Amino acid sequence: MKAINYISVTFPSRSANEAFARTAAACFAAQLDPTLDELGDIKTAVSEAVTNCIVHAYPDSLGKITLKGRILEGGIVEFVIRDWGRGIADVTQARMPMYTTGGEERSGMGFTIMESFMDKLRVRSSVGKGTTVVMRRRIASRSAGRD
Amino acid sequence: MHVTYTCKDGNARIRLLGEIDHHAARQISAEIGRIIDTHLPRSCTLDLSGVTFMDSSGIAVLLRAKRRAEEIDGSFSVEGAGPQIKRVMQTTGLARLISIR
Repeated sequence: MKAINYISVTFPSRSANEAFARTAAACFAAQLDPTLDELGDIKTAVSEAVTNCIVHAYPDSLGKITLKGRILEGGIVEFVIRDWGRGIADVTQARMPMYTTGGEERSGMGFTIMESFMDKLRVRSSVGKGTTVVMRRRIASRSAGRD
Repeated sequence: MHVTYTCKDGNARIRLLGEIDHHAARQISAEIGRIIDTHLPRSCTLDLSGVTFMDSSGIAVLLRAKRRAEEIDGSFSVEGAGPQIKRVMQTTGLARLISIR
């Protein structure tokens, strides 16, 4: 699918960057003229993916995270969140609701939110090499009769 | 993120201001816990009208606050949640566990 526009941001896995990443994603998606609810969904999904990198990929150290965004034909916005951390041994299990290895401070609902709030979610991971999360959301055109 | 509160006649009202994410969650949980432990309220209301964003990190914060309030036989409820917060609560099933006004 051809990209009409794109961004790429790299930042260390400091938790202060969670707000930066979701805000940057929302600003990028804003060019598709989304509703506030759609922007909220995008911010939440990106926040979950970046938090996963910080909590699970690099639990004891700082590592690199990239957030890439693309605007695709048909009013689709795509985000790719990638880390080079620990990786996930069993992605299917990790995507189950309530599953977490993060202790009582984590709810295990991050992937559930990403799946619910975006149209498509793909997770690729390799133990010791890192994880890539790809998410897409179509923003309905206002001229198509959306309120 | 700021946490303010009032406590009168056993009713604690805790107001959160800002964004609830993993970065802020631990501090918020600690402050809510401290307020409940200090005042031992009969009822605890968490006012989220000043919260502009919450992700799944907030679920653990709300569940811990509810558990702490109920451990001392108090009631717990949430009010003032905006659309984004309500959507997170509904998607994750939290809305079935916590009373939302």
